[in-house]
Amino acid sequence: MADLKQGIIKLLEKNTRFDERKADSYRKVEIIYDISKNAEGSAKVKIGDTEVLAGVKMEMIKPYPDTPDEGTISVNVELTPMANPNFESGPPGIEAIEIARVVDRGIRESKCIDFKKLCVEEGEKVWVVNIDIVPINDAGNLFDAAALAAIAAVKDAKFPEVVDDKIDYKHKTNKSLPVTKTPVEVTVLKIGKFYVVDPTLEEQSVLDARLSVATTEDGKFAALQKGGDMELTLEEVEQMLDLAAEKSKELRKFLK
Amino acid sequence: MSKLLVNEKDVVVPGEVVAEGMEFLPSFGTYRVKEDIIASRLGIVNIDQKVIRIVPLSGKYMPREDDVVIGKVFDINFAGWMTDINCAYHSLLGLKEATSSFIEKGDDLTKYYAIGDYVIAKISLVTSQKSINLTTKGPGLRKIVGGRIVNIHPMKVPRVIGKKGSMVEMIKEATNCNIVVGQNGLVWIDGEPEKMIIAEKIIRKIDEDAHIEGLTEKIKQMLEKEIKVK
Amino acid sequence: MVTKEYKRKDRTLEETRPITAKAGIIKNADGSGYFKIGNTEAYAAVYGPRNLYPRFMQNPSTGILRVNYAMMPFSGSGDRVRPGPNRRAKEISMVIEKAFMPVLDLKEFPNAVVDIFIELPQTDAGTRCAGICAASIALADAGLPMKDMVTAISFGVVNGTVVVDLDYSEESYEGEVVDMPMAILPNSGNISLLQADGIFTKENFKKILELAKKTSQKIFEVQKQALKDKYKSSGKEE
Repeated sequence: MADLKQGIIKLLEKNTRFDERKADSYRKVEIIYDISKNAEGSAKVKIGDTEVLAGVKMEMIKPYPDTPDEGTISVNVELTPMANPNFESGPPGIEAIEIARVVDRGIRESKCIDFKKLCVEEGEKVWVVNIDIVPINDAGNLFDAAALAAIAAVKDAKFPEVVDDKIDYKHKTNKSLPVTKTPVEVTVLKIGKFYVVDPTLEEQSVLDARLSVATTEDGKFAALQKGGDMELTLEEVEQMLDLAAEKSKELRKFLK
Repeated sequence: MSKLLVNEKDVVVPGEVVAEGMEFLPSFGTYRVKEDIIASRLGIVNIDQKVIRIVPLSGKYMPREDDVVIGKVFDINFAGWMTDINCAYHSLLGLKEATSSFIEKGDDLTKYYAIGDYVIAKISLVTSQKSINLTTKGPGLRKIVGGRIVNIHPMKVPRVIGKKGSMVEMIKEATNCNIVVGQNGLVWIDGEPEKMIIAEKIIRKIDEDAHIEGLTEKIKQMLEKEIKVK
Repeated sequence: MVTKEYKRKDRTLEETRPITAKAGIIKNADGSGYFKIGNTEAYAAVYGPRNLYPRFMQNPSTGILRVNYAMMPFSGSGDRVRPGPNRRAKEISMVIEKAFMPVLDLKEFPNAVVDIFIELPQTDAGTRCAGICAASIALADAGLPMKDMVTAISFGVVNGTVVVDLDYSEESYEGEVVDMPMAILPNSGNISLLQADGIFTKENFKKILELAKKTSQKIFEVQKQALKDKYKSSGKEE
């Protein structure tokens, strides 16, 4: 493994990588909306060869007692062995759980969706926005692809018709979800003394640390997650934060 | 009446009838049902006199004795070094086959090969249960130090090597890189970082387009262009 | 008893919905396929032959085939589909595995496994059949030795009328409905998967059998083209 890391660092010293990108360049990003007609909202995100699908299914539940007039979201990530032979079948492992919770925090804490507008009847019925994320091919950077697919699906989503207190999934209304902010997730890796965005699987395997940052369009931060075994200095954290904020503007352009 | 239903170099799929009549003989990748010869692999048709065979375009590496392969050591036990050679079966680089030096009892085996090391080895034995034995005693066989490992389809290896090694030699010369192509689809590249990127790009291109006509010429042009740019 | 004869609006009784198929769309897999029929969409990825764990599952005389079929949580036309193993998915995985056994010869790969993963982002009936069609493309793409491709389609009987490629509206039609998924080997015309639910006559069954080979050929042509397209020379200069 020492050889691979050395090789990657040697290239980063010249601001290049094995696929000839600069350290702060994303691969080609593509977003396609409405990829699943049965979902209330859905999207497919491609970042290079990484391909992720996300879908929104709306449900009505009894609200939590401490927030009787607020709906909520629920994010789930299925890392199937289809996308990467190292994933195992079965209930979500810690990798899937981390991605789901990080995506959840980005959307929840940024107040992306106005939870009060998801209230149907205070104390009795609220909407839950179920967001399911399923990668089809993992070529690195699932964090950013998953978050982007989730927010794209949320923006694509429309409320289903409700007839006699029952959801009629076969008919969609024209009403979009109450989206007030668009958080975009960017993960910055630290390899040696270099910062890298949009890592390939190889680059991920040699990271020293990573920082996932959710930024909203007004330049404010909403969620953070540090990963990797190495520590980060305060200065490094600030630099990675700034890089993430800059890159989030680029990614946001791909959303409608 | 015997009739050929496809042309040489056509891509065919399993179940496709490639010829009718008893004149033709089924070989690798085909089988006969009554008067028909049917493809049983995805691949390119090759006709030699009346013998029809399919050259596969894909498929995992199937270990063969005497193949030179690149493997990764993933475990060490009393018998030697367990090595992953990118196929469905594990292989063993036995204590006696790893080195000509005498290994003392209780020796630290990692001083020869450690877990994570890549080796260029030869397959010395494949049993019916697909147990594989490797050896690193022989010319060119050794632990790999430095450089980079790239994966290509095992089926494309002959194209990357070229007739009598002509293709890989051309790439080595143009990029000044050391390149070893394992029969199992693992390729080792070592040289200056920017030149390594070019070598990798070229090799991946051959992997993608191996079945296309005029590939050698295209690769020559691509090499010239890439080297000039850098 | 006279039942109103069932008529279709967008296609004839013998027509399938529009079909799109692709090969090699999942780069990490050893082979992959995509099959869309109407609004039912399936991805299939093949990994193998590869190491098989746990060891007690290994068979020293042949490789084994393992199928994992799942619908994505947002794929259904009603409620969200809770992810995780369910009995329906397990049964479908098993019958899909059996559908491929007659064409796959895994004796060359003792102790190993060929894994097929099928995921559906969108469903509108005929899901196991779409899964089989995608998986067949994936197996061929992976370079596995196959006697034949495998095609599959859901036949149906709606109010006494035989139809090809039952869609969701027909599956849930008010009245007598028979859902009959069938996997057919295009070369021989033989059947490797056959299920049915609903009441049907021998007469209708024979009508379906007559349509089987013809329908299978149509699907085979699409699968064949998907595989050939992957290896088509782009003709573009670098």
